[in-house]
Amino acid sequence: MPTAQSVAGPASGATPQPRLDHLRRLEAESIHILREVVAEFERPVMMYSVGKDSSVMLRLAQKAFHPAPIPFPLLHIDTTYKFKEMIEFRDRMAAEVGAKLIVHINKEAIADGTQPFKVGTQRCCQLLKTTGLLDALAEGQFDAAFGGARRDEERSRAKERVFSLRDTHGQWDPKRQRPELWSLLNSRLNPGESIRVFPLSNWTEIDIWQYIHAENIPVVPLYFAKEREALVRGDSILVREQSFVPMLPSEKTQMVKCRMRSLGCSPCTGAIRSDATTVPMIIEELVAARNSERQLRIIDHDQDGSMEVKKREGYF
Amino acid sequence: MPGLLRICTAGSVDDGKSTLIGRLLHDSRSVYEDQISSVQKASKNRVAGPIDFSLFTDGLKAEREQGITIDVAYRYFATAHRKFILADTPGHEQYTRNMATGASTADLAILLVDARQGVKDQSRRHARIARLLGITHFVVAVNKMDLVGFDKAIYDGICAEFAEILKGSSFHAIPMSALEGDNVIALSERTPWFTGPSLLEHLETVEVDTDVTAKPFRFPVQIVLRPHQDFRGYAGQIQSGIVHRGDEVTVWPSGRSTAVKRIVTYDGDVETAFAPMSVTLVLEDEIDISRGDTLVAGPVQVGQRFQADIVWMDERPLDPTRMYVLKHSTRVVTAEIDRPFELNAIHSAVVRTSRPIIFDSYTDNRATGSFILIDPATNFTCGAGMIGLPTEDDRASRANEGAAERLARIARAAATDAEAVAAVRAALEDIIKY
Ligand SMILES: Nc1nc2c(ncn2[C@@H]2O[C@H](COP(=O)(O)OP(=O)(O)O)[C@@H](O)[C@H]2O)c(=O)[nH]1
Repeated sequence: MPTAQSVAGPASGATPQPRLDHLRRLEAESIHILREVVAEFERPVMMYSVGKDSSVMLRLAQKAFHPAPIPFPLLHIDTTYKFKEMIEFRDRMAAEVGAKLIVHINKEAIADGTQPFKVGTQRCCQLLKTTGLLDALAEGQFDAAFGGARRDEERSRAKERVFSLRDTHGQWDPKRQRPELWSLLNSRLNPGESIRVFPLSNWTEIDIWQYIHAENIPVVPLYFAKEREALVRGDSILVREQSFVPMLPSEKTQMVKCRMRSLGCSPCTGAIRSDATTVPMIIEELVAARNSERQLRIIDHDQDGSMEVKKREGYF
Repeated sequence: MPGLLRICTAGSVDDGKSTLIGRLLHDSRSVYEDQISSVQKASKNRVAGPIDFSLFTDGLKAEREQGITIDVAYRYFATAHRKFILADTPGHEQYTRNMATGASTADLAILLVDARQGVKDQSRRHARIARLLGITHFVVAVNKMDLVGFDKAIYDGICAEFAEILKGSSFHAIPMSALEGDNVIALSERTPWFTGPSLLEHLETVEVDTDVTAKPFRFPVQIVLRPHQDFRGYAGQIQSGIVHRGDEVTVWPSGRSTAVKRIVTYDGDVETAFAPMSVTLVLEDEIDISRGDTLVAGPVQVGQRFQADIVWMDERPLDPTRMYVLKHSTRVVTAEIDRPFELNAIHSAVVRTSRPIIFDSYTDNRATGSFILIDPATNFTCGAGMIGLPTEDDRASRANEGAAERLARIARAAATDAEAVAAVRAALEDIIKY
């Protein structure tokens, strides 16, 4: 077979070689992952949680398939307790990018009155998020689901693969994960298995914000500091949207300049005091901050290694 | 200097790897306060005393309970100069595959030794795996120097041995105490004879030749984008080299040439693109191109038989009579390997693929010189290969084998009926595709 071809481009060594900065490297790597999945799976879906990581993932999906539209639907597991602004933002973004949006609610659990103060945060998450997610994936017969999780978020995620294998019940077994070398991803599944795909594995929280800034990506306004009506209890600041969140007769809401560092359900997501009203101010605040983003999510502190327990059950 | 350095670490159990990484993360402020308090809480149940840095890195609960690290974990930290991705790989011999995994994407390896024990067989083995996976830059961290009274003679002896082991690679040795922090971030007063730089300073400044843009252009097609009649684009990630609008490229394995008409990105067309960008190329001529084809400038190997170094990662040994699925860049074929392998074995072997692949030698190009092997019966990623040289096909009888003979041979070679079905199905898929 013929092999010789003249080398295109300038002679190497003569001029300094161009280099990609670390954000563009992360971008290129994530796009590669998105395309591999679309090429090798039958029915991919993108988990859209409306947060900053999802916003970045959505932009990367637009980039990966441009000028074609995003070739998979977005899936939002709605607990019905998300902040109102998140839901408005979600619907607006889905329309803007022209993607199909599937909203799944565990209606039975909601009809049973499931909420964190009644059944506890662990059980509530399990029913509304984990069960909701597994049901939605089964209903849509999705064989690959993109998630916006990053390895730097939590210790048990540090060992997560880009392609995270799940058994027939959507569960994760750390001992059964496949080795991942280079950027070669193994897409073969046994009957009933599925994968979760994490295109943002190598991004850190700061990378996410720097990219949002560089790309001018819209995010939910809850991330920016504003005077908000909140319940202040010691260190915790809670913006009370659900009437079931208990209040002592002596308690009163007050106006606090605060913002959300990560987004979730309003009863379980605390705000932080902040003056950061722009993305550069958030980045500045982060560089100075010494508190990791998940500290404010009450759910991860339920028990030691709690995120790992949730993952084994099928949570992202 | 690139803004991103990928590192992997290797050492035997208890050499102090977790302690070292924990300290790097802690001192570069990549560990957050709440992680520190949760580690302090966990430390109470295990050891008394100050913060146990190794707990920052042990990821999984089961492992924490057993007190050992058993899988690759990725850590992220950054200084004002660089961002670092660190693959933390365990030292047990049975976990060679994890070391290979971590090393496959690393630019530099940190090899840890316990100053009291000196160079062990394990250290040689780690160095060998790292070199095999293409790492040419090393840091030799001679740890626990506090336990040998910071004795320069002991340090020099270990360095001399490593000079022999790592001949041909560049390495920087550092006398260290991960536990007490000597020479990790800043130079230690307890080693006045060591001129530095410290570990972090070295990592921030070391030049590694990740300069894939200087190599010939390689673009494996991932997916064909056809949003409408008037657009046909080939999406992929440039694995090496540079491409300009108007450049001539050859499409392999068809061998047809054409020119690049447009380089399309979401942010608009560009004149030039280079590795490792992900882009979409539109070509001048209508050529039948699909996923798995590669657009190339410069000479490249196209073939079905080559020599490769293979790392075996599965408990089920490699069976030379069976077919495996081989994934190389974006191309999936079936393959036979000419010798058996046990778990964690590393050997050179001859690989024969059902269809041609478009490759370079691994030393020339990590992306186009590497492949993984998948067991079609379990779908586990069972092997990883680094391509050496193409070989002449001397087994003429096999080369001329018809489809029916081939299927029969594959079915006969399988151990069980289920495996026979799986292997024949894989081979058939392959035949149908081509
Ligand atoms: N004296 C001393 N002890 C150390 C040093 N580095 C690690 N150790 C101790 O050696 C033991 C094993 O360390 P660890 O980091 O868990 O080792 P790993 O198995 O390589 O991850 C722990 O008790 C550490 O505290 C050091 O530089 N000096």
